Amino acid sequence: MSLFASLFLYLALGPHVEEVRLSQLQQRLHAGRDTAYVVNFWATWCKPCVEELPAFDKLSRTYKDQPVKVILVSLDNPAEREAKVVPFLTRRGYEYCDAVVLNEPKPHLWIDRVDQSWSGSIPATLFIKDGRRLFGEFQFSAELLEKTFTDFLNEGK
Amino acid sequence: MKYVLMFMILATSMFAQQGVQTGVVVGDRAPDFRLINIDGQFISLDTYKNSKGLVVVFTCNHCPYSVKYEDRIIALAAETAKLGYPLVAINPNDPVKVPGDSYENMQVRAKEKGFTFPYIVDGTQEIAKAYGAKRTPHVFLLSNASNSWKVEYIGAIDDNANDAEKVESRFVLDAVRSLSSGSTPTVTQTKAIGCTIKWKE
Repeated sequence: MSLFASLFLYLALGPHVEEVRLSQLQQRLHAGRDTAYVVNFWATWCKPCVEELPAFDKLSRTYKDQPVKVILVSLDNPAEREAKVVPFLTRRGYEYCDAVVLNEPKPHLWIDRVDQSWSGSIPATLFIKDGRRLFGEFQFSAELLEKTFTDFLNEGK
Repeated sequence: MKYVLMFMILATSMFAQQGVQTGVVVGDRAPDFRLINIDGQFISLDTYKNSKGLVVVFTCNHCPYSVKYEDRIIALAAETAKLGYPLVAINPNDPVKVPGDSYENMQVRAKEKGFTFPYIVDGTQEIAKAYGAKRTPHVFLLSNASNSWKVEYIGAIDDNANDAEKVESRFVLDAVRSLSSGSTPTVTQTKAIGCTIKWKE
């Protein structure tokens, strides 16, 4: 689908926010070989997460014509996807980011599958490209996110 | 290499900034504390010298994950106390960053919810650092043998934050039951989603 068509759909329908299992998300991250993924774990109830989302929006706009995908993974209760997550993202209008709600009920079983070093607090962000990974559990400013991401890309060259 | 170095510097500075330290692991001696309760009385491990242990819950008023667990913490406190393991809630958050977590608001919340356990304030955040609390809620279960305190379990209250009805494993209660029957808990560490502790700048 062309960028124009997706934008049109976005404006007409609002953000498409699917519920996914972690295995589905991981499949996607491993399938896109040329793509660099920036995966941000957040929730509407998490204040520092909500504060840093504009940085991810900015990154997604900067790289919108390149093989870079910013995926916002909401850890809100999946039951509140329609009531909270979709309205929130509609208001914010992050049209170049992909958004999903993670449906995994047992955090003690899946947190380590994202990254062993993750304590489970959010915000947390995973950078992934060609099997290389960088994981961090902190709040990004737009400048720091851009710098961390470009350094991550350059290191793989 | 350049990148690794950059990240290490970045990570070190950011983790230092956030005040995150290693803290205790299961089997360690539990750090003592002397912190003020919402009733103005000080609470320390010595307060519980005659109990078999103590359930220490780092939690707070504002965090939606803590709020989800409030009723469950109250229920847990009743059950563990019966087995000889009282519960204390410690609020580690900087009230400058989160006014909702101030001492006065802790008093209000505890009264509203009818907390049956102390709700004490870690004003310097030293105790959260000593334990290595990373988020709210974050539980440290301690055992006590003649006022010698040992960490027995670190982690989540149970395995389903969103839906109390769908909980399958009640980690803290299971661990307390094991200890009170003289055996070692089978699960001694779990991870959970939660709010970051709001460290002072």
